[in-house]
Amino acid sequence: MKHIALGMLGAAALGLMASAASAGTLDTVKQKGFIQCGVSTGLAGFSAPDDKGDWKGIDADFCRAVAAAVFGDGSKVKFTPLSAKERFTALQSGEIDILSRNTTWTSNRDSALGLDFVGVTYYDGQGFMINAKKLPGVNSALQLSGAAVCVQSGTTTELNLADYFKKNKMEYNPVVFEKLEEVNAAYDSGRCDAYTTDQSGLYGIRLTLSSPADHVVLPEIISKEPLGPAVRQGDDQWAHIARWTYFALLNAEEAGITQANVEEMKSSTDPNIQRLLGTEPDGKYGADLGLSNDWVVNIIKAVGNYGEMFERNVGSGSPLKIARGINALWTKGGLQYGPPVR
Amino acid sequence: MASQEILRQEPGRGSFINDPKIRALFFQTLVVILLFVSIWWIVNNVIENLQRLHIASGFQFLRNRAGFDISDTPIAYTSDATYGRALIVGLLNTIIVAAAGIVLATIVGFIIGIGRLSQNWLIRKICTVYVEIFRNIPPLLVIFFWYSGVLAVLPPPRESYHLPFGSFLNQRGFYFPRGIWGDGSWLVLVAFVVALAMAWFVAHRARQRQMATGQQFPVFWTSVALIVGLPVLAFLLAGMPLTFDFPKQSTFNLTGGFQIKPEFLSLLLALSFYTAAFIAEIVRAGIKGVSKGQSEAAAALGLRSGPILRLVVIPQAMRIVIPPLTSQYLNLTKNSSLAIAIGYPDLTATAGTVLNQTGQAVEGVFLMMIAYLVLSLVTSAVMNVVNARMALVER
Repeated sequence: MKHIALGMLGAAALGLMASAASAGTLDTVKQKGFIQCGVSTGLAGFSAPDDKGDWKGIDADFCRAVAAAVFGDGSKVKFTPLSAKERFTALQSGEIDILSRNTTWTSNRDSALGLDFVGVTYYDGQGFMINAKKLPGVNSALQLSGAAVCVQSGTTTELNLADYFKKNKMEYNPVVFEKLEEVNAAYDSGRCDAYTTDQSGLYGIRLTLSSPADHVVLPEIISKEPLGPAVRQGDDQWAHIARWTYFALLNAEEAGITQANVEEMKSSTDPNIQRLLGTEPDGKYGADLGLSNDWVVNIIKAVGNYGEMFERNVGSGSPLKIARGINALWTKGGLQYGPPVR
Repeated sequence: MASQEILRQEPGRGSFINDPKIRALFFQTLVVILLFVSIWWIVNNVIENLQRLHIASGFQFLRNRAGFDISDTPIAYTSDATYGRALIVGLLNTIIVAAAGIVLATIVGFIIGIGRLSQNWLIRKICTVYVEIFRNIPPLLVIFFWYSGVLAVLPPPRESYHLPFGSFLNQRGFYFPRGIWGDGSWLVLVAFVVALAMAWFVAHRARQRQMATGQQFPVFWTSVALIVGLPVLAFLLAGMPLTFDFPKQSTFNLTGGFQIKPEFLSLLLALSFYTAAFIAEIVRAGIKGVSKGQSEAAAALGLRSGPILRLVVIPQAMRIVIPPLTSQYLNLTKNSSLAIAIGYPDLTATAGTVLNQTGQAVEGVFLMMIAYLVLSLVTSAVMNVVNARMALVER
């Protein structure tokens, strides 16, 4: 009888686990009181801990924006640093609620990997960096035939690299590591002639090398790398919350709503701004998403609009000094375009 | 028979619940059923959850184009090859580093182990220090020590160390000339095989003669002369059909010749030196385990210390040494998965990349587990055969 009782207890426990797993991510997140956010192990400008241990960067701020939308408090985020290889399994298994880790949006990841990309928070492209002091005269990636190239494993970068050298009929010697820090250390010690990753990453990594001034980023961009956050497939509500947080950041920039002026903007009579900030009488755009009506106010208070996020982390306000370029709003000739909140 | 009769005589001893045989049968069946049910539940749960999460499953991905390159490829491999082939490349790299590591670890381990029992104070202490240092440091740190501490601080390719015979050493690895065999080189191979056969024959006859007459024959030096001499003779006769491809300086690296990459070298050295510390202790235990009377008796028969060790002590010590040695070989093979930390493309690293590019973690991990399991089982099967041959044959 004891055995049967134990078996029934086990079955009941399993049943409980199954029901917990099938609940929506929003409910689970609300219940635990924070969002578990998957970030990189340290890529300047995107997600890297500062000297106080706070995560800084566009990717980290995006998670704060989602937390602000859900809880009205951008600090209700816990960060999980993940290597390129661990990231998808961590999201699939439910260890993290959102993956915001300079991840390239590809069809395979959207389908076979069971992910759902939210949008493109940074349009990037893959490039090469070399040590100009050790390799004078090399000013194009097409001169890299025979070079040893450092690359991180399990990335689209690794695949683009193989394609690029194959297409241009050049030889190369891949030196592949699992962790970003290992790739950086190997490149810095001279194990490879060139380093390849997304160009934004190269600028960030260059700052961490022992003598940044010696290294140059070659002009060629060999791929499209639309980087953005992803959530698990099959939970539409959660995907919508993440997606519209991103659009809200863009719309706020377009409407000129900033961290500094968001409170006064609440009294604006512009219906477009009223809808966005939830001040329109009878408007319930936030509630329809499963959030509060002042969700955008909370987002902007926590991290500012998209432009502020960009300049603070990778743009003029950061050591990286990357120009907006194609990441400018569509109204300024860029690709960032937020569908309307209405 | 007796117990059955007793049972039959006392049928009313109690209900069948108290019959130990039936109870045993009942519980064994129950355990087997529970085991199968839980396996079925696990498999079913995995399939169901993968479907719920819209993750692709199955092994079809093995036939898809891999798209990434691998630095060390023992068999032909390009980014156009399949994921399956990429996994085989990884497996071969694991086998290569494990096999080379086992050989090196055994040699170093035996030398150190015997050294610890040396009469010479200095040799004894050096070997003790070696064992105590290497077996008390985690293998991952030993790998990092070789990779970042020893090989990474070598000069860059343009300032390579020039070594004898056109070899070079720099932070990209160790380069040496690669021999290219021309026409007629088959003669050398044939000579080598013939020499091996002759050496075996000489050893066999010398043994017979010693058994019959007690006269000894210098088998070792004759064999060396045969195995080295015959191929050299054949080589000269064939007109020296060997040219060398020397490593040369090019824009980025040294090209040509044969390159041993620092990743492989540091992994091999780290695994061998780490495991050698354990093997040394096993060897010492084996030798200590042979009763002192054995070597005293051999000495009384007039044998010198070399032959005593070779003919009396080591054959008996091997019986003690081989079973724990097998475990060390298995450990070395499994520790080779630490290669991932320094970017050597072994099975774990390659399968990890495949797993990440396809997103099929369950299948990837399953294949890895099977591969390591098979490798370990093969190693222990081979070692069991060796053990059986070494075991005491009672006459």
